[in-house]
Amino acid sequence: MTMAPESGTDQVGSPRLRKEDARLITGQTEWTDNIQQTGMLHVAFLRSPHAHARITSVDTSAAMQQPGVVAAYSGADFADEQGSLPCAWPVTEDMLLPAHPPMAVDEVRYVGEAVACVVARDAYSAADALEALDVEFEPLPAVIDMESALAEDTPLVHEGSGQGQGSNKAFEWPMAVGDVDSAFEGADIVLTRRYHQQRLIPAAMEPRSVVCRPDGDAFTLWSATQVPHIVRLMLAMTTGIPEHKIRVIAPDVGGGFGSKLQVTAEEVLALLLARRLRKPVKWTETRTEGFQTTHHGRDQIQDVSIAADSDGRIRGLKVDLLADMGAYMMLVTPGVPILGAFMFPGIYKMDAYSFHCTGVFTTKMPTDAYRGAGRPEATYAIERIVTELADEIGMDPMELRRRNWITHDEFPYTGIAGLTYDSGNYEAATDRAVELFDYDGLRAEQRRRRESGDPVQLGIGISTYTEMCGLAPSRVLGQLSYGAGGWENAAVRMLPTGKVEVVTGTSPHGQGHVTSWSQIVADQLGVPFEDVEVLHGDTRVAPKGMDTYGSRSLVVGGTAVVQACDRVLDKARRLAAHMMEANEDDLEFSDGRFTVRGTERPSTSLQEVALAAFAAHDLPEGAEASLDADATFDPENFSYPHGTHLCAVEVDTETGQVSLRSYTAVDDVGTVINPSIVDGQVHGGLAQGIAQALFEEAVYDTDGNLVTSTMADYTVPTAADLPDFTLDRTTTPATTNPLGAKGVGEAGTIASTPAVVGAVVDALRPFGVRDMRMPCTPQRVWRAVAEAREAGRSEGGQR
Amino acid sequence: MIPAQFDYVRPGDVAEAVRVLAESEEPKVMAGGQSLTPLLRFRLAYPDVVVDLGGLTELRGVADEGEWLRIGAMTTHDEVIHDPLVAAHCPLLAQATHTVADPAVRHRGTLGGSLAHADPAGDLPAVALALDAEFLVSGEDGDRAVPASEFFQDYLTTVLDIGDVLTAVRFPKLTGWSFHYKKFSQTAQAWAIVGVAAAVRRDDGSVAEARVGLTNMGSTPIRARQVEEACRGVPARTDALREAAQSADAGTDPPNDLSAQADYRRHLARVLTGRALAAAAGL
Ligand SMILES: Cc1cc2nc3c(=O)[nH]c(=O)nc-3n(C[C@H](O)[C@H](O)[C@H](O)COP(=O)(O)OP(=O)(O)OC[C@H]3O[C@@H](n4cnc5c(N)ncnc54)[C@H](O)[C@@H]3O)c2cc1C
Repeated sequence: MTMAPESGTDQVGSPRLRKEDARLITGQTEWTDNIQQTGMLHVAFLRSPHAHARITSVDTSAAMQQPGVVAAYSGADFADEQGSLPCAWPVTEDMLLPAHPPMAVDEVRYVGEAVACVVARDAYSAADALEALDVEFEPLPAVIDMESALAEDTPLVHEGSGQGQGSNKAFEWPMAVGDVDSAFEGADIVLTRRYHQQRLIPAAMEPRSVVCRPDGDAFTLWSATQVPHIVRLMLAMTTGIPEHKIRVIAPDVGGGFGSKLQVTAEEVLALLLARRLRKPVKWTETRTEGFQTTHHGRDQIQDVSIAADSDGRIRGLKVDLLADMGAYMMLVTPGVPILGAFMFPGIYKMDAYSFHCTGVFTTKMPTDAYRGAGRPEATYAIERIVTELADEIGMDPMELRRRNWITHDEFPYTGIAGLTYDSGNYEAATDRAVELFDYDGLRAEQRRRRESGDPVQLGIGISTYTEMCGLAPSRVLGQLSYGAGGWENAAVRMLPTGKVEVVTGTSPHGQGHVTSWSQIVADQLGVPFEDVEVLHGDTRVAPKGMDTYGSRSLVVGGTAVVQACDRVLDKARRLAAHMMEANEDDLEFSDGRFTVRGTERPSTSLQEVALAAFAAHDLPEGAEASLDADATFDPENFSYPHGTHLCAVEVDTETGQVSLRSYTAVDDVGTVINPSIVDGQVHGGLAQGIAQALFEEAVYDTDGNLVTSTMADYTVPTAADLPDFTLDRTTTPATTNPLGAKGVGEAGTIASTPAVVGAVVDALRPFGVRDMRMPCTPQRVWRAVAEAREAGRSEGGQR
Repeated sequence: MIPAQFDYVRPGDVAEAVRVLAESEEPKVMAGGQSLTPLLRFRLAYPDVVVDLGGLTELRGVADEGEWLRIGAMTTHDEVIHDPLVAAHCPLLAQATHTVADPAVRHRGTLGGSLAHADPAGDLPAVALALDAEFLVSGEDGDRAVPASEFFQDYLTTVLDIGDVLTAVRFPKLTGWSFHYKKFSQTAQAWAIVGVAAAVRRDDGSVAEARVGLTNMGSTPIRARQVEEACRGVPARTDALREAAQSADAGTDPPNDLSAQADYRRHLARVLTGRALAAAAGL
């Protein structure tokens, strides 16, 4: 391991150990569920066992008689004050936006929807009393499958509310660029594929939990959330409680992956219960409750067509998407597939592109943002179909990519979907990946195994991805009908003793912002890394912020930190000039000290300036007695990480078992602040993308029960299932922010899924297999081989 | 975990455990708690008393009893894996136990608990069955020994009565045999989709005797008797053992679940039995 410098400049780029970790790994953490308040009550929810049903009666009287029970309520008891859970992204003007009461009042629309609650003196009494709640349902038909949901005469998910308007279609969102028809008509080859993005459960390590305490006429709410600022705003808008009377704290938060980018029923109800009972209340989900009721991800059917010439040049792309919203629109539910709309063309040049998305209601848990949110789906489709196109033409899939991608000298490049990619070097990342992976060697081995009829076949998968992150230019969000902006705020305060407090509007929940921001500030201000404290995740401490998601924190929030540092230095320079009796323009600042250019005069440290500012005995005319500043950065463009991922799998054709043999990822995420944090993000991202490819699927049965409702059934992989990753980077700094950073939180997830599935399909290609549904479980792989063999036999057995 | 209310007793010896069990309405014995705790957590079990065997050191450890190895019911998976007597005389048990779950579970879960729980997807019941182990039980009416072939009755059901304590399991020392446990699962640390416990005694170039126990091919662990018959006297060659394994799914009734349909399990049983036999035979 490289030794990190102790302090001072050159922190950026150094693999500092994370400041967060000593506390985390010794259990000195404050998870929401650890929070205790005097007289705190515990809430448990009775949840719908039906996918769709009318609530005919709720009788809480027996539950009220149970020991320790303080209150029990039905949804009807809160009907007047609970409002409707917010959707901040109405993607079209005519999008159906059915009411979404935090606790169901008349009708339930997914298994797990909250119907009633018990409030008791302890969590055990609350759970016991749930069993005494008497709720009667009149079952209604479940609507599970998206295509049948759109068929005529299908029962409506939202009929009862009068908002269904005779269809389960929530919206249609079309987009077309270029002359799509002629691109397809004139093409030598048109290839069409249907890809399924299975439903996924984000499964953060820390379950959701919320505590709410009334403080006079105000409230403090702790929540395991990624978005304390959004939660505060939305709680105020939903309940009518004035925003300045609500303080939201995200204490230590153990992962989110998008699932905690939400404003939840339980947060609203905790607030309302605290208001009604005048006592602090706590609710923490069980793992099964979380699987059923924390929003899910993905769940799309993608019909994709690509048109190309026989030399491999891509002419056009058509995408027709069905996106499962689940039962309701949550915070950004409809926006997720729309983000993807801009990513389907990937890194490729083409003449025409069309995209059409139909949002569909079903009686399942709502979907919403999950690591990558729209971009993994798009990347999967394009990377898979480009590989298939190469096979169809008989060209090496890497060669086909090279013929179509945007070349390094073409940047900045405005792609067919309208995004301007500011920078990139696909050639460099690919060359490095091919070399590290031993692409040619593995292809040779693959040929040998194919020729010898080895029962264990080798497959190679490729993903030359890009993605858009650093969410987001406020102007663009406005154009896309999103309800807020995408700026970020930071404040930097020099304390009298020369230490530094940094307040950030990002809300880290595992990403290590405290460390990375300290490195940035240490370099900017020339102060020791250890002298920087980073404060976040509390709307009273960090009043301005847009929180953490969409790989935005460094690109947008980190830039705000840099800008705030610049402003602090501007102030400091003025004061230093005054102290040193020099002209401001003659001052130089480096390593934390001001010197007068071209002289031998003693220098003045930033710490000395901070103390002088505090003492305020002798300030220049008009200066204030403080050395601090805040800044808000709003990016002008997204940032576009990219890279080349190569995966080799061995497939045991007798059992269907897929083993990851090697995985090489060469990412270009621009400037790297802390390489070990970046490696960590890539590792975790790869694990999650591989999980979609091979292991995970949220399965509902035809009655709408979530069958995969425990960790035993929903198979999240562990380190034991993953190979040693070969990681490297190329660095093409972003031109759209001063750090040159592009974001890395989602890249691994976005890139890896098509590489892995592509490798599995590649291994089975000799059998005639051309696609595999995800996850590629042993059973699915075995059946695919069996069916392809069967088909081959009936075709005359030429394979 | 938020289970329903129960009383908790931690007896000091087996006799006390048996007495408490006899006096309670609906008691539950707790060993490592790795299977019981999930049942309590999901409120699938509502015991009035949990009788924790954790204090019974007499039920812990491995003893050499001449022809047999006696392993106390409370011996943890981790202890089994690292025990020199087990390594010397019952390596199949150590190998199979190594595939159970993850290190955290293996440090708490016990041999006795795994067998008493009798989950057909558990790895150890098939091993006990294949090796003709013997179960030592203390109950209200005294002590008794039950052969493995009688111990497993049905899904999560054994001959143990509600008042019985499994105290130890005796494994015969099989000299001249070699072994292999083949576990097939979707992730590295998961329950078996199918598992095969194979033991082979070679007579130079041929197989003299074989024993095969199957994991997760029915409501109990299953002996693949037809395969055992078919192996007798065949050449110790991979193709011959694969051929003998073709009847591995005969007489099984494999479950249909998320990870596998019955037809796939039957196929896996055949393939994996062939591989397990070959590996056991040193091929
Ligand atoms: C995450 C996880 C993964 C797992 N994966 C696997 C796996 O891959 N393979 C596998 O085989 N197992 C697996 N297990 C189960 C594990 O092996 C447990 O250790 C085992 O099932 C039960 O052992 P225990 O000592 O914890 O028993 P407990 O949970 O304490 O008891 C289990 C049952 O047996 C009864 N019982 C226990 N001891 C006695 C006794 N001495 N006398 C009478 N009755 C008794 C109890 O009353 C209870 O009904 C897994 C468990 C977990 C939590």
